[in-house]
Amino acid sequence: MRDPLGRPPVVLMVPAFLATLLLVVPLVAMVGATDWAELPDQLRSEPLRQALWLSLTTSTAATFICLVLGLPLAWLLARVEFRGRGGLRAVVTVPLVLPPVVAGIALRTAFGRTGVIGEPLLALTGFAFPFTTAGVVLAHVFVAMPFVVIAMEGALRSADKEYDAAAATLGATRWTTFRRVSVPLALPGILAGLVLGWARSLGEFGATITFNGNYPGVTQTMPNLIYVTRQSDQDAALALSMVMLIVSIGVLLALRDRWLGTP
Amino acid sequence: MSEAPNGTGRPANLDVSVRVANRVEAAFTARPGEVLAVIGPNGAGKSSLVRALAGLVPAEGHARLGEVDLLQVPARDRAVGLVFQGQFLFPHLTALANVAFGPRARGTPRAEAEADAQALLDRFGIGELGERRPRQLSGGQAQRVAIARALATDPRLLLLDEPLTGLDIKVAMALRIELGRHLASYDGVTLLVTHDAIDALTIADRVLVLDEGKVAQLGTPAEVSQRPRTEHVARLVGLNVVRHEEQLMAFTPDAVVVTLQEPVGSPRFRWHGRVADVSPHGDAVRLMVHAEPDLIADVTPAAATELSLVPGREVWLSVKATAVRSYASGGR
Amino acid sequence: MQCPRSTLALLVLLLPLAGCGSGDDESGAQGELTVLAASSLTDVYEELATSFEEENDVDVTFSFGSSTDLAEQAADGAPGDVLSTADSTSMQTAEDADVTGEVVDFATNVMVIVTPAGNPAGIESLDDLKGATWVRCADEVPCGKVAQGVLEDNDITAEPASLEEDVRATLDKVVSGEADAGLVYASDAVAAGDDVETIEIAGAEEQLTTYYTTTLEQSEDAELAQKWTDLLTSEEGGAALTEAGFALP
Repeated sequence: MRDPLGRPPVVLMVPAFLATLLLVVPLVAMVGATDWAELPDQLRSEPLRQALWLSLTTSTAATFICLVLGLPLAWLLARVEFRGRGGLRAVVTVPLVLPPVVAGIALRTAFGRTGVIGEPLLALTGFAFPFTTAGVVLAHVFVAMPFVVIAMEGALRSADKEYDAAAATLGATRWTTFRRVSVPLALPGILAGLVLGWARSLGEFGATITFNGNYPGVTQTMPNLIYVTRQSDQDAALALSMVMLIVSIGVLLALRDRWLGTP
Repeated sequence: MSEAPNGTGRPANLDVSVRVANRVEAAFTARPGEVLAVIGPNGAGKSSLVRALAGLVPAEGHARLGEVDLLQVPARDRAVGLVFQGQFLFPHLTALANVAFGPRARGTPRAEAEADAQALLDRFGIGELGERRPRQLSGGQAQRVAIARALATDPRLLLLDEPLTGLDIKVAMALRIELGRHLASYDGVTLLVTHDAIDALTIADRVLVLDEGKVAQLGTPAEVSQRPRTEHVARLVGLNVVRHEEQLMAFTPDAVVVTLQEPVGSPRFRWHGRVADVSPHGDAVRLMVHAEPDLIADVTPAAATELSLVPGREVWLSVKATAVRSYASGGR
Repeated sequence: MQCPRSTLALLVLLLPLAGCGSGDDESGAQGELTVLAASSLTDVYEELATSFEEENDVDVTFSFGSSTDLAEQAADGAPGDVLSTADSTSMQTAEDADVTGEVVDFATNVMVIVTPAGNPAGIESLDDLKGATWVRCADEVPCGKVAQGVLEDNDITAEPASLEEDVRATLDKVVSGEADAGLVYASDAVAAGDDVETIEIAGAEEQLTTYYTTTLEQSEDAELAQKWTDLLTSEEGGAALTEAGFALP
């Protein structure tokens, strides 16, 4: 059945096609280059299991923290008028444009053993973030938070403020309105933001390897494992990459329709 | 009853003198149980007045409801019920949950709030729709839920912002009668914003006319409809109103005599103009004539044909002095 | 504008090579030499490049990185004149692909312990690594294999806090103070200068790293490429290498 508005113009179709090609071809090439027979063996390897588990748990933990800390921040930016709001929003966005390695250096300067906060922390508690799984989660939160906050702020903004007004006239405090009106109405966008944050966290590499190092079971996430494996065994690295690709696509597909459906 | 700080207890008088910057300035009083219709053209400040009383826009002055000045209290503590234009029922909650929202927000346990809500829905005749989402409700049903939701918190002041606008005529008629009944048994003050004359004339005890941000008239429906002080209200009730110095003269369209030649008689009661619109009106034909000022005249279909009264036709209009009601224009 | 000279090995791999002008810069040099070299050769090669450029009126462009990566690139036919690796396996990869000329070993390196300036944890030997926060290269990279060998030779069972992807990253962890100690090459310790303190490892020569260099078949100027090898094996080259912490074979 033809589109009643007319055929899509070529001037839009060609770039769209090229974009699709650009995104799909490398992935298809990777699938083609993988030795599928080897894959089951790879899956049994201990480093892979450790790295995969670590990646999944740290990403989930980081996403949870982004929710707990990021949602209130997003609400603040969306609903409360205050001086310097634009500045705060800009600051929150900065990690977005920071090259991951630079983010790692920034984290180290703050939370490293000789860092501004890290040094007193080490002296006080004997604990330091680098080389620890907690440090991995910290790094992931730092890089994923902007995605989460921006997406959630957008979702909160798009819900009509009049609903908040209705809740107020019915006697709800702002906290009750937040819980029972603002968040439920913005839920699809909030969840989309969390998925975005989770995906970013899963793929995080530069900041993690600079700030946390690389040790199996503790700080060696999938990207780290793939990176060092690549040095010695290209095929193994490819297989690992496939595993990561499958897991990522699997999660995104599972979430896509149920949670990310248009509001 | 719940312990909202401004008490949902004894009914209270309303004493208002508010100013919303650049929008509206109004002062009036109302007794408990009274329904005050607020009418006026678009932009007159009706919604601003109502939103100021609800606490959604900043306002200066005072709005005493009983012993409490609403303007000194945040919106959620005002014990005012507001039915929004467009209802704004929470889309993610069922009708029942919507109605129970207010009491629950104020601390009533869920079971009790929902039981009360169900009773309210039953009173409005939509008890079986409790589990539906707002998008599954018709316009009339949604409006009833919205009114029930506002009443659920037992407010002492009920504000209705154009509750019947946008509804099917038949639905609006039925709802109007229902609303009239419910408001009759409601012991708080009601402000009903409307641009429909029938609402004002049938449900209201008194009518407040706003024009360009100021109170133009305040009186009973009879007073306002027979001696309208603004063109808007005159049009609303289907009257002609002509200003002459400090006097306003009102006369009905069927008292107007339409001729093609200049009529004899007092020049005060004659106007010259062009027919702008011709439409059937009951058994008669109603003409809208561009003159100084614009006037409406009803003629018989026969006369319309005889004088070929079509748009563009130049005509003379006149009335008998006895058919004109004169009254002072100033003040309320 | 001249190609930026001092860049971290890691970042060089990430910068598009196109950014380092190919022949269209203002110095008006007559030719160009492209050298693919292991990261540990960074400092010494850049120093040698200065005199090479002057003598031969050419621009020298470097691509520093892991020997494995570079050998792969060369084997794939990537443009380049010289390939210098830090281990024989990588060089073998390139040889197997028939892209190499004569392979010459021109320097050796041993593993040492480095600590942050001031040696805050008081490390004096491999035995002190136990209980400290220390780092080394990952097993998959050449410097990691060497480190493993050294540790085994000395019966050290202590586990590092991190296995870095190359020796520069290892050094970086120590210089920044995040690690109490690290295992790096002697040349890296020299390159870090006052930022680190160096502790020699007894018997480290048992795990010697040998550096190999060769001209590449895909070179557009074989004569020029050979000149680089000649420079490395010359007195000037030898002096520069020893000063940088390498030993000569």
